Amino acid sequence: MAEPKTKYDRQLRIWGEQGQAALEKASICLLNCGPTGSETLKNLVLGGVGSITVIDGSKVEAGDLGNNFMLDESCLGQSKAKCVCSFLQELNDAVKAKFIEEYPGELIETNPSFFSQFTLVVATQLVESSMLKLDRICRDANVKLIFARSYGLTGLVRISVKEHTVVDSKPDHFLDDLRLNNPWPELKQFAESIDLKALDPVAHKHIPYVVILVKMAEEWAKAHGGSLPSTRDEKKAFKDLLKAGMLAFDEDNFKEAVEASFKVFAPLGISPDLQQIINDSCTEVHSNSSNFWVLVAALKEFVANEGGGEAPLEGSIPDMTSSTELYVNLQKIYQAKAEADFLVIEQRARNILKGIGKDLDSIPKTMIKSFCKNARKLKVCRYRSIEDEFNNPSLSELQKYLTDEECSIAMGFYILLRAADRFAANYNSFPGQFEGAMDEDISRLKTTAVGLLSDLGCNGSILTEDLINEMCRFGASELHAVAAFIGGIASQEVIKLITEQFVPMSGTFIFNGIDQKSQLLVL
Amino acid sequence: MADSTTNQPSRTRDLDKLLLRPGNLVAPIFDPGAQLRDDIGEYARILVVGAGGLGCELLKDLALSGFKNLEVIDMDRIEVTNLNRQFLFRLEDVGKPKAEVAAKRVMERVSGVNIVPHFCRIEDKEIEFYNDFSIIVLGLDSIEARSYINAVACSFLEYDSNDNPIEETVKPMVDGGTEGFKGHARIIMPGSTPCFECTIWLFPPQVKFPLCTLAETPRTPAHCIEYAHLIKWDEVHSGKSFDPDEPEHMKWVYTEAVKRAELFGIQGVTYSLTQGVVKNIIPAIASTNAIVSAACALETLKLVSGCSKTLSNYLTYNGVEGLHVKVTEFVRDKDCLVCGPGVLVELDTTVTLQKFIDILEEHPTLLLSKASVTHRGKNLYMQAPPVLEEMTRSNLKLPLFELMGKVSKDVVHVTGSTTKNDQKTSCLRKLRIAFKGVDGMTDTDMAGGA
Repeated sequence: MAEPKTKYDRQLRIWGEQGQAALEKASICLLNCGPTGSETLKNLVLGGVGSITVIDGSKVEAGDLGNNFMLDESCLGQSKAKCVCSFLQELNDAVKAKFIEEYPGELIETNPSFFSQFTLVVATQLVESSMLKLDRICRDANVKLIFARSYGLTGLVRISVKEHTVVDSKPDHFLDDLRLNNPWPELKQFAESIDLKALDPVAHKHIPYVVILVKMAEEWAKAHGGSLPSTRDEKKAFKDLLKAGMLAFDEDNFKEAVEASFKVFAPLGISPDLQQIINDSCTEVHSNSSNFWVLVAALKEFVANEGGGEAPLEGSIPDMTSSTELYVNLQKIYQAKAEADFLVIEQRARNILKGIGKDLDSIPKTMIKSFCKNARKLKVCRYRSIEDEFNNPSLSELQKYLTDEECSIAMGFYILLRAADRFAANYNSFPGQFEGAMDEDISRLKTTAVGLLSDLGCNGSILTEDLINEMCRFGASELHAVAAFIGGIASQEVIKLITEQFVPMSGTFIFNGIDQKSQLLVL
Repeated sequence: MADSTTNQPSRTRDLDKLLLRPGNLVAPIFDPGAQLRDDIGEYARILVVGAGGLGCELLKDLALSGFKNLEVIDMDRIEVTNLNRQFLFRLEDVGKPKAEVAAKRVMERVSGVNIVPHFCRIEDKEIEFYNDFSIIVLGLDSIEARSYINAVACSFLEYDSNDNPIEETVKPMVDGGTEGFKGHARIIMPGSTPCFECTIWLFPPQVKFPLCTLAETPRTPAHCIEYAHLIKWDEVHSGKSFDPDEPEHMKWVYTEAVKRAELFGIQGVTYSLTQGVVKNIIPAIASTNAIVSAACALETLKLVSGCSKTLSNYLTYNGVEGLHVKVTEFVRDKDCLVCGPGVLVELDTTVTLQKFIDILEEHPTLLLSKASVTHRGKNLYMQAPPVLEEMTRSNLKLPLFELMGKVSKDVVHVTGSTTKNDQKTSCLRKLRIAFKGVDGMTDTDMAGGA
């Protein structure tokens, strides 16, 4: 048996042991195991999710062999759920794989409580009426839900959860938390203890830029009535001052200081995004509040009190030209301040827990630590219910997407995917699903789409003939490459929802397989 | 249009909708019908370069997109760390060649598909090997390998007298790449869309730590690891080179890195980090590979069939914060050494092959050393293997003009090594040779006959 750590090494480097543990605890339910569903699960089984349950009532036909890799000749005539399940199991014996031979649509109708046992449901190839019902069921049961659909050269992915909160959002680019424009006493003292003018050239070029900038900002503020550079000219003057401090042209630390000087000019206090989270009504916590909101409530108090308008310090510094000694000392100063901030948040969180009658230890220390480290990067994602979006989409956004050159094809597909479901409800087949009635289907689909648009309040908006024709040409086909793309996106979002790391997508992702200009539509 | 056979439940049920029916948003070459579907299966030959995370997905996607003649080339063997994403491999396959296992698994699952594996380095194949394919699809994780295949595909490209690419000589490439939650897919049509080299700036070279930092002022765990790996190892193991795949070597570097970190009060050296830094491990997951490969496979199908528009020309995917899919239309570098008409070298008819090779080494834009030279598929001089070297050595003292059949001008291909970012890399260049004072100098037909 291979050491699981080795097997998962390349993904542990992305989401760590914690993310992996969350995956291994998760139970995933898949509705319909055509290629879109099979490919979604394939990616999750490889990553080591805890368990999968495949639900599909159909038998394997010849056409299924042409688009689904989790089936082969020997499966013909057998339960598709059973066959896909057993091929998926081959990919990873650590995953518990089950199947149920039943049509998802019927299960949704007859046994809604069935879904409450899962962490997350991946619903593929569902028509609108089933989507609406399943969404209601999963929201009531607090089960995460993702819809995925492949349809010819288009398709969609849509997350539906009431609320998803992220502490460890791992953004690609984020401003270091250095407080160069607002140093706390220990950092100030450390900077003051170094006299740049008294140093020999070797020591001079090994002073970390953090020290240089803190000193220079202090000097500037003294000469400018306490304010820091804000205009373009002032910023340039500040940089010139830095350059004038160089002893030789090759001092990397001063070059870094000039490059990092924008960190001195950055605005004080927390970002508008974080302010919005702090202002959220969920910070009025009660006994049913999640740990996340209890901690945000503690953060809110911290910002207003000890933090002086700032979030707790992150406590790490980027690498920079420096002597080892100064760098390590500087690191310790940042770590000590982060630790002190953490203790304050922890105390405040405990008090809040006491106030709402919850166990004081109900939030583990490690979680509070992580929360403090990532406080500036918190994310709250909320998704409208499907019913809400379908009945009352944002009209202004809809109009905007329809007329925007970049989005119009994607928006057209969004409408046509819904129109195709209406079509199917009326005529018992999807437009262009069978040969022979193409012209009739095209005009019927057009009428259906126009009707849908007018129901949504978009009278007068039209979809191009080309797009309607294409939709009929697709004839509800599930092409493997499209399914693999849609399944890939769906599994990526599942991973984000389960690990509670990174930021899941918002809105509806519409795949545009014509020129690959896919779009997120927030309606 | 309703062909009775298409009403039968068949394996190509879904694909037929796309390939048999006329469409409105399609390429001009699109000629829908059962013939098109059958021709794709019979005549399209696709080479997949790399049988790793992307390669496994690509083989599956292409096999289920109507392609029946696939080949795959990869020099690697299966490792345990591949199993979280390279879904064609099982634990019991560890140690076996990736190309062979991947080909076998896909053929077992998808009937009617033939996949020829090539377990070797991409450089081991004759250049002409690559000319045999309709499209080359790249699933690679290295800049050098991409660069090489790109140069090979561009070397087939010929230009007409107006410097327009000659269509039959265009070898399309579809290239994918991933890192963590990010990836790209692109189409390269040599001569009309930018080649890999035109947009090389998209792949900035890896930043290396200065040696003085490692030796004198380490600050991060990575500095301690690289000190042990790049400096201490050579000090202690005189002459024995470090092998990253040797666990004992890796453990030694780790232990030394820990010692150094303790000495300097630096936190955070772990075994996993040591491996990551030393082997420059790029994190990789199944889902991103699936997304990028699917985009590449779909574009391959569209290029071959014309069944829809194609990506123009560079798709980026980023799933870190939300979901960002963006298409950028990059433009060609008109002066590209690789996909352009070729660097013009003017020579006297008396210049020997040896002298020509010397000239290349000093040529300001080429700086190409240890050159092997071919002309219209014929080896004029080969540096290796020894047998070929011996066979072609006598050509060195002959005038190039004679070796090239006394034409006034023609194209030669030269492979050798050049220096890029202080690193020697192998490269392939197309050169336009023009002989001074020969009749026909005014003839602008650069590409010559054939």
